[in-house]
Amino acid sequence: MIHAAVHDEPEVHSRMAVLGRLRASDTVFRILTRAAAIAVLVILGAVILALVEGSLPALRAFGFGFLYHEQWNPVTERFGALAPIYGTIVTSLIAILIAVPVGVMIALFLTELCPMWLRRPIGIAIELLAGIPSIIYGIWGLFVFAPFLQQTVQPLLIDSLEPVPVLSTLFAGPPYGIGVLTAGLILAIMVLPFITSISRDVFDTVPPVLKEAAYGVGCTTWEVFRHVVLPYTRVGVIGGIMLGLGRALGETMAVTFVIGNAHRISGSILAPGTTISATIANEFTEAVGDLYTSSLIALGLILFVITFLVLAAARYLLARIERKVA
Amino acid sequence: MVMEKLYARRRRRNGIAVALAIAATLVGLGWLALILGTLLWEGVSGLSLRVFTEMTPPPGSDGGLLNAIMGSLTMTLIGVLIGTPIGILAGTFMAEYGRYEKLTGVVRFINDILLSAPSIVIGLFVYEIMVYPMGHFSGWAGAVALALLVIPVVVRTTEDMLLLVPNPLREAATAIGLPRAYVIRHVCYPAARAGMLTGVLLAVARISGETAPLLFTALNNQFWSSNLNAPMASLPTVIFQFALSPYEEWQQLAWTGALIITFAVLALSIGARALAASRKMS
Repeated sequence: MIHAAVHDEPEVHSRMAVLGRLRASDTVFRILTRAAAIAVLVILGAVILALVEGSLPALRAFGFGFLYHEQWNPVTERFGALAPIYGTIVTSLIAILIAVPVGVMIALFLTELCPMWLRRPIGIAIELLAGIPSIIYGIWGLFVFAPFLQQTVQPLLIDSLEPVPVLSTLFAGPPYGIGVLTAGLILAIMVLPFITSISRDVFDTVPPVLKEAAYGVGCTTWEVFRHVVLPYTRVGVIGGIMLGLGRALGETMAVTFVIGNAHRISGSILAPGTTISATIANEFTEAVGDLYTSSLIALGLILFVITFLVLAAARYLLARIERKVA
Repeated sequence: MVMEKLYARRRRRNGIAVALAIAATLVGLGWLALILGTLLWEGVSGLSLRVFTEMTPPPGSDGGLLNAIMGSLTMTLIGVLIGTPIGILAGTFMAEYGRYEKLTGVVRFINDILLSAPSIVIGLFVYEIMVYPMGHFSGWAGAVALALLVIPVVVRTTEDMLLLVPNPLREAATAIGLPRAYVIRHVCYPAARAGMLTGVLLAVARISGETAPLLFTALNNQFWSSNLNAPMASLPTVIFQFALSPYEEWQQLAWTGALIITFAVLALSIGARALAASRKMS
């Protein structure tokens, strides 16, 4: 029966046709998917190219001086990126300094202390902090958090730190409410969920045997965490911190609301400042003249390069711990 | 005696650490409650039917957010429609055809960076390639900017979910003579459907709150506009504009808009998580 079918000429032809169609559709699908994967690379390349091209006029006009000049004057068309770069780095550092200990301690709570049935709800609740759009942090920071800081925390800081030499300049008044410190604190809340969830994930990779052995010889929870879990996961935690840092550096809307948008570098972290992203968000649509626009795009390029390096480092470190687990 | 002192010190230290860990968790949860509480407190009083039926008002008068909500929905929808197919195809390549190729590793690395790249830079990019050559701000530019944010999220989840599909399924399908494309489309996709859908939902949640990439692509629009070739209002940019204005009506609308957007986004991301969890259990 089968033998007969194979020798049936039209049957063979129609089978060949079907097979040919199948092969063609497979080839098309394979090419399509590969093209889409390459498109991801093209997007990144195009972003870099477009930013470089857009910032050429500014870079030609100011050269490397763009990086270290503080002046930002749309009237005389003199632009330097130092104040926004400084603001970006300082706010991100404040955010990381606060979010890292808090985030790591939450991860410790979630992995070692929390009752099983509470782990999931608390974990999700912390991650919801990452889901809240950044503009919400901005509006909340401006109308709720900044007035609160201005009326209570900042006067207290200014008064109590006045006699201390270095800190008195760092926390010099007056209490504006909005400013570098406020932006840093808001950023800290925003990156907290990233640091927490990555720390929790890498803490979970520690082989239970290691922890059990430590508990078995009588270690306390803290000692197990400090001397077994942390050394084992150090690379991953640092990766998580870098990821949080990458987020903080590029965060726009929340910072734009609360930083005060002042193009100057002040020794006091209570003073208003600006960041790269806040400058772009505030001034781009109102920028008049090619040089002004181009300078703002150059700021974007600097931001992209900085975050690219930080995020690449983060991914490299996280990939290392993944390999360790595998 | 010495040992007792040592024990006491270790126990004390542990007590402090545990207390700090609990305190940190309470701070995190408290902050979430504080923000959501403020939103409810400030936003609910302005919540009425008018918010959903009237346009954004000129300063000093009442109105709603209809054009902003419609603009957000339109651009989000188009952004997802453009971004999802590209993301799914790229993720499919990484998990199926190109699983062991060098290209996959490179794409994964670059995609992870795009995933957390500053969204304002994406806005600048779209301004450069669309708004500037076209000579005007447009809803299309906004939608493309959002699509660029959708792609990395979808790529990531699609790849992860397809990698979870057990290989014997693929082998069985291949053994009965199905070509690769059919195996992927009729065996792998259905098996990974819930996870891939989760990715799309997360992408929607991510872009519906984005403001920075819309500021200089879609700009804003005070009036009703369904023309994608013209500037288009969106909820986040309206919140931005109204919150920073000195007018009380505008500020109230900003809070109400903030309430709507936050709870929509949180509902989406909880829904996505529930979907992912239900898959894991089954």
